[in-house]
Amino acid sequence: MATTVAAAPAHAAHSQSGLWSWVTTVDHKRIALLYFFTALAFFFIGGLEALIIRLQLSHAGATLISAQTYNAMFTMHATTMIFLALMPMSVAFFNYIIPLQIGARDVAFPRLNAFSYWVFLFGGIFMNLSFLMKMAPDGGWYGYATLTSKTFSPTHSIDFWAVGLQVLGVASLAGAFNFITTIINLRAPGLTFMRLPVFTWMTLVTSFLIILAFPVITVALIMLMFDRLSPAATNFFNVAAGGDPVLWQHLFWVFGHPEVYILILPAMGIISEVLPTFSGKPLFGYAFVVYSGIFIGFMGWGVWSHHMFTVGLGPLGDTFFALATMLIAIPTGVKIFNWIGTMWGGSIRLVTPMWFAIGFISMFIIGGLSGIMHSSPPADTQQNDTYFVVAHIHYVLFGGTMLGLIAGIYYWFPKVTGRYMNETLGQWHFWLTMISMNLTFFPMHFSGLLGMPRRVYTYQKGMGFELYNQMSTAGALLLAVSLLVFLHNLIRSIRKGEVAPSNAWNGATLEWATATSPPPEFNFQKLPTVKTLDPLWHQDGPKGHKIDVGGTDGHGIHMPNPSYWPMFSAFGMTVMMAGLIFGLALGVPGGLLFVYSTYRWALEPAS
Amino acid sequence: MADRKRSSFSLALLAMAALAVLAIVAFAPEAARAQAMTYPQTTLEPKSEVARSIDEILDGIVIWVIVIFVLVEGALVVTVLRFRRRPGGPAAKPIHGNTALELGWTLAPAIILALIAVPTVKTIFANAKPTTGDITVRVIGHQWWWEFQYPGKGVLTANELHLPLGKTVALELESVDVIHSFWVPAFAGKKDLIPGRTNHLWFTPEATGTFSGQCAEFCGASHANMYFKVIVHTPEEFDAWVAQQKAPVPAPDSTSLAARGLEVYQKGQCVACHMIDGVSYGMLGPNLNKVALRQTIAGGMFPNDEKNMAAWIKNAPALKPGSLMMNMNLTDQDVEALVAFLRTRR
Amino acid sequence: MSEAIAAAAGSAPVVPDDHHYTSTGQSSRKILFWTFIGSECMLFGSLIATYLIYRGRDKVGPHPHEILNIPLTSVSAFVLLMSSLTMVLALAGIQRGEMGKTRLWLAATAILGMMFVGFQIYEFNHFVHEGLTLSTNLFGSTFFVLTGFHGAHVTVGVVWLWTLFFLTFTGRIKAGNDLDVEICGLYWHFVDVVWIAIFTLIYLLQ
Repeated sequence: MATTVAAAPAHAAHSQSGLWSWVTTVDHKRIALLYFFTALAFFFIGGLEALIIRLQLSHAGATLISAQTYNAMFTMHATTMIFLALMPMSVAFFNYIIPLQIGARDVAFPRLNAFSYWVFLFGGIFMNLSFLMKMAPDGGWYGYATLTSKTFSPTHSIDFWAVGLQVLGVASLAGAFNFITTIINLRAPGLTFMRLPVFTWMTLVTSFLIILAFPVITVALIMLMFDRLSPAATNFFNVAAGGDPVLWQHLFWVFGHPEVYILILPAMGIISEVLPTFSGKPLFGYAFVVYSGIFIGFMGWGVWSHHMFTVGLGPLGDTFFALATMLIAIPTGVKIFNWIGTMWGGSIRLVTPMWFAIGFISMFIIGGLSGIMHSSPPADTQQNDTYFVVAHIHYVLFGGTMLGLIAGIYYWFPKVTGRYMNETLGQWHFWLTMISMNLTFFPMHFSGLLGMPRRVYTYQKGMGFELYNQMSTAGALLLAVSLLVFLHNLIRSIRKGEVAPSNAWNGATLEWATATSPPPEFNFQKLPTVKTLDPLWHQDGPKGHKIDVGGTDGHGIHMPNPSYWPMFSAFGMTVMMAGLIFGLALGVPGGLLFVYSTYRWALEPAS
Repeated sequence: MADRKRSSFSLALLAMAALAVLAIVAFAPEAARAQAMTYPQTTLEPKSEVARSIDEILDGIVIWVIVIFVLVEGALVVTVLRFRRRPGGPAAKPIHGNTALELGWTLAPAIILALIAVPTVKTIFANAKPTTGDITVRVIGHQWWWEFQYPGKGVLTANELHLPLGKTVALELESVDVIHSFWVPAFAGKKDLIPGRTNHLWFTPEATGTFSGQCAEFCGASHANMYFKVIVHTPEEFDAWVAQQKAPVPAPDSTSLAARGLEVYQKGQCVACHMIDGVSYGMLGPNLNKVALRQTIAGGMFPNDEKNMAAWIKNAPALKPGSLMMNMNLTDQDVEALVAFLRTRR
Repeated sequence: MSEAIAAAAGSAPVVPDDHHYTSTGQSSRKILFWTFIGSECMLFGSLIATYLIYRGRDKVGPHPHEILNIPLTSVSAFVLLMSSLTMVLALAGIQRGEMGKTRLWLAATAILGMMFVGFQIYEFNHFVHEGLTLSTNLFGSTFFVLTGFHGAHVTVGVVWLWTLFFLTFTGRIKAGNDLDVEICGLYWHFVDVVWIAIFTLIYLLQ
């Protein structure tokens, strides 16, 4: 409709500041910062929930919180960490880094990008409002039928969860469409697919997983919401009418397992950037790392029932999913070997981002190995739904994803702020994290093997669980301290950090080629032409190709106009969805605002 | 950035941390095994062939896991130590890859996984063998207690599964409300109880005694309070137990406190949910016909004694979150009488 | 999901110095729209799979064979198929710069879409009178939710078509705006193809 409208002479209008400029921004770098700080805030909320859980479990029969509160805590801890902290923090990196790494001036659809952020923010706030109404979701982050039915969860707690996830799904989907298009279509001249940085590759794979996996959970949640409608409820999971609770599990895990790779692949991409930079040599086996990432993304669709080995799917089903699960360990192993191969023969600079990358590898190995232990269905029938699995997922999602994201924060901080983070505090952060996370999560292997089920708000004396739980609780408190050290470092370094040059670490990829740090709003005055992998390392010598991105003068470069319609559209949509719970009084105004804002957005000049 | 001094400090810490993790991985399972008697719900002390076949798979995988862990973490530590940047050290070699090496480390895990897969698949099929069993028990999951029915024996009990030694038991697993999971680690891995479906599980107990079990699938407010016991008898003792469960209970002496308790029971709301032969036929709550013979009450939460039973009858939801047995505001005298009556149910 | 559609219709890609530069030479809006369709396939795939899994598990009637009216639905399926033809003609119109024809065929497509929705409203109404509602049995739940979602997609398409139609009068859509019509067409054909799948699997292969 409005696409070919001539660009307005607007570049001067962008270097605004103030709150309103953040509300209307369509700059991928600013949206990245919005994502980052929002995700960080939710990460601390999720962490607080974890601490409450750990304190409640510190001794047998504790009564710090009630059973219902505990159930809400573990449900919201998982939901928050997965959907409101780790995923959006990955998206913050997608936003900041991808356009820079592919030599583009922004993402393909800057206003859709802003929309994604605002939907994420409003969705996250909406879900957490349930605490204020004392209806926090308490059916587990996986919400198994029939516990989520109106009969067994009569309050709105499950509605908050289902509607909240739907809203967040829209944010993830819109973002993923945008990044696929951006990576396919806005690569700098000469930047072929096999010259893409691995982080960009993993973003592409992750985005494909999102667009294919989220519709499945959307459908499952639609069924759940219709089942909870009154008076005209559907029968999808109504056993009396022939409905089957196992269908929910299939739909959920067809989404849920790719979701695990959605969480880990971006971190693997970050590691694949950090290791070469600080080893001073290119990634070992680039093609193997890329293909194994694609293979993991593909195989992630064939393993969902390994979450269901105790459901009774029969020996053939169990065998198929066990073998597929074991198969997926191979590309994962290949990645680890290639990372070590990258460091081998290098000249390793042991600074904080590198420490976290090394920490990622060492912890992810443990998570991978415990994963192999329950890839075998007979073994899994003893481990499933025990603390052994809790240990496993935390080695993968904290030891893996979170350490990878932290490595990315230390690595790209100089690009984002023009300053280094403090190295001494960084190393304290790293070692405190390593010690405390192992103290927290390693004992869970034992409490699990010794028979402690997960999602129990308490346990009896005489089961022998106290020692391991106390170790975990102590570790969790120490982990909180390490995160405070990190927070202090982050805030302090934004203002006082040592000034960094544009290529702060002698990196090889295009984000380090921008004229300044932080990059100018238009990123590159001249779009670079790329002739090799790791272009910044191949600029000298007779065969060298100089990367030229011009200077800081943005005169004549048309950038998209700021717009508040994406924000209003996102707000309207969230209110409209809330109307599914609270009735037409919310739904109708929300819907009208959504439709009106979307039309205004669609019809306003884009640039 | 990092000066020399700081990075050696870090390296020392890395080595220590690696050693600590290694020590835990290497020794703790053994320590746990040695002390298994203090862990009533451990998965590492199998007491049936089914559980042992699982434990053997786990042992096999654990050996591989430790080998891989030591090799890969070792390679990581060695690489970091050996190739850390030092003043005057060699420059990085611009190696892009090595196809033979990469194919090698793709094949190596494939072979190890195949070695894990073979016993896995064998065990899956062995343990899935359909069996009628020497004895069949229907296990019905409720929020938050277990019902055990012995078809053909006319016995119906709750939260205690009595079994004869050396006889294969075939369990039929069902649920009336939400998904639960039947788990008694000494005898078998867990199996879900799913509304609308019947699942099957079988095993042959190899030791007498009392074994702990617990619901393993989150099932609502009191999921944590859904315990049960498996009590394995010699076959003779088991037959005696069955006979005892079926033996009629004489009515309480009409002047006794228990007789007044029976009156309270019949007039109150108890009859709506509980079953006692010849008195009431409620099915929502546990069968109380022989309640005094059980070791625990309230889904395995409390030892079965007069004090606990009185407290439970007085205000169940206060003791067990979400309990469907309401506080019926009975007077202390009524509660005392009820307890006296229920103690006669043996 | 309509926000993605609106976005696809409204956001121009940021282009480098050359306004038309993209790595693939394709419009970013078209690529975005194809990814959207990929996502939609999983949405309808899940709904259809659920219908098929639950087929024949009803405890009470009415059952599909008692109530589905194949002749009537064949007519409405034919109407929807014809609308794909008119959509092609609308695109051909704007590609040739013939705005009159573009308007005519956009309106024809929208009207055929509305006829299809009308058939569906009639069908739903009829089923409710026959005693089949969302709550009756599994067939009612799976059928209404699946076909209802399809009908909602058609409705969104109709709104989109009318929007394009009116924009041709305001001058926002004029000769040269092929892409706006082409992307709407992609959506319309997709919705059409989904109906062919639904019609085959639910009506014909009972």
